[in-house]
Amino acid sequence: MSILVYAEHDNNTLKAETLKTVTAAQAIGGDIHLLVAGSNCQNVANEAAKVNGVSKVLVADNAAYEHQLAENVSLLVTELAADYEHIIATALTTGKNFMPRVAALLDVTQISDIIGVESADTFVRPIYAGNAIATVQSLDSKKVITVRATGFDAVATDGNAEIVALDNATDAGISSHVSDELTVSERPDLGAAGVVISGGRGMQNGENFKLLEGIADKLGAAIGASRAAVDAGFVPNDMQVGQTGKIVAPDLYIAVGISGAIQHLAGMKDSKVIVAINKDPEAPIFQVADYGLVADLFDALPELESKL
Amino acid sequence: MKVLVPIKRVIDYNVKVRVKPDNTNVDLANVKMAINPFCEIAVEEAVRLKEAGTATEIIAVSIGDKSCQEQLRTALALGADRAIQIDTDQNLDSLNVAKLLQKVVEEEQPQLVLLGKQSIDSDNNQTGQMLAALTGLAQGTFASEVKVEGDKVNVTREVDGGLQTIALNLPAIVTTDLRLNEPRYASLPNIMKAKRKPLDVKSAADFGIDLSARVNLLKVTPPAERQAGIVVESVDQLVEKLKNEAKVIS
Repeated sequence: MSILVYAEHDNNTLKAETLKTVTAAQAIGGDIHLLVAGSNCQNVANEAAKVNGVSKVLVADNAAYEHQLAENVSLLVTELAADYEHIIATALTTGKNFMPRVAALLDVTQISDIIGVESADTFVRPIYAGNAIATVQSLDSKKVITVRATGFDAVATDGNAEIVALDNATDAGISSHVSDELTVSERPDLGAAGVVISGGRGMQNGENFKLLEGIADKLGAAIGASRAAVDAGFVPNDMQVGQTGKIVAPDLYIAVGISGAIQHLAGMKDSKVIVAINKDPEAPIFQVADYGLVADLFDALPELESKL
Repeated sequence: MKVLVPIKRVIDYNVKVRVKPDNTNVDLANVKMAINPFCEIAVEEAVRLKEAGTATEIIAVSIGDKSCQEQLRTALALGADRAIQIDTDQNLDSLNVAKLLQKVVEEEQPQLVLLGKQSIDSDNNQTGQMLAALTGLAQGTFASEVKVEGDKVNVTREVDGGLQTIALNLPAIVTTDLRLNEPRYASLPNIMKAKRKPLDVKSAADFGIDLSARVNLLKVTPPAERQAGIVVESVDQLVEKLKNEAKVIS
């Protein structure tokens, strides 16, 4: 039984979440191959070869895959799928984009966003913004699965897998890349950070997010935001933590000026330790916080920064 | 151009769902239902395309029992021109939903299909992509901006690192993200007018598709509850607790 795991990357580095997806694949059990589809992505392939538990790294290095357009990547993965019983990707924007396309091309449904593996055909996944946990059994012959990385630990990276170059070049010719507008940050990725500090509507404006930066620098933290803060234009969309934004589970999550709507809780309540700072003692965020501080954030944040 | 907007009836997003005591599913008895928020954004975008003179006709479609006509009437009140209910009592998997929608696309030949990126009940985020695969069309998922230009549509997508803009050949499939637009409220005259707009009912069984389930729902349980925490009195105490009790900072 073989498992194909799609490697998430940006043509330069392998995303840390892929190491967790490999753990999910190990729980299913079988020979694990990693697929690196991109352009000039040799560095990613080299990193992928070190991922423990992987026996082979397939590299499709072609201009058609440079931006990992769903139309092109789904054709590639569908071509390769004949040799695998499980096809797995991480539930990040690339995987969420092309994997359902693969599933439909294979005439199977997709099991999305799993957080647990019960057996080779039975998986655990959150529904209703994590307010219910479903155990589902796939009845399809092939399983197409996306993995919520926060549900699994990362594998180590001292392996030595064989790298195999593919000459596939599937270009559907119906879509093209125009431009990227990516946020440049020195801080760790939200999905990979050990500490996350997020601001909500209580921050009042984008300028005030600077109050979080000093603390983030001291803790090596990533900065996130609630939907309210993103919708209000305080910060860009890629900072949103929640049901439809990023799902994070760091060791420490600090929620500042966030009331705690269920959609936000869905994105962070699996964090190991949650701290809430809010001046409203009735805010629902306090119901999930391990440590709550009822205070005005404009007083508490500078003090916290000075005492760390 | 013709725009098709598939919509889904789901639990209202303000309602906290409860799991049934026998763990077979969630309890939706007497729960307020509504149009899925992402689907509502899709309807709004279609209406804006019509107001801008780009779209000529908007067709809303929903798959479910008679109760989903309520959400179709909402779409009609927001500005859709006509509606189709594909009648079924089954709770269909996404692939089967996509197969039914594929038939509607073949029949109606829309230039653009606008869908919500995910429904807030099953949280699958897959129907739009599956429909794109089955119809062989290009897809722009998680859209925060949609611009029709000639025979292409430019879609700006919300991705992990920020925003990405892609160009798709029309016809195309677009799924909506939160910030594509802010849906309007239906006015009372439009709600009244919607009652007289055409709503066709078709039986899912008549489409000749094998709609058997692809997934067995074995059980549904409530999530693990977090232990109630403590309220600290000061920043000093917070720092002390994080260092010595939680041991998450040094």
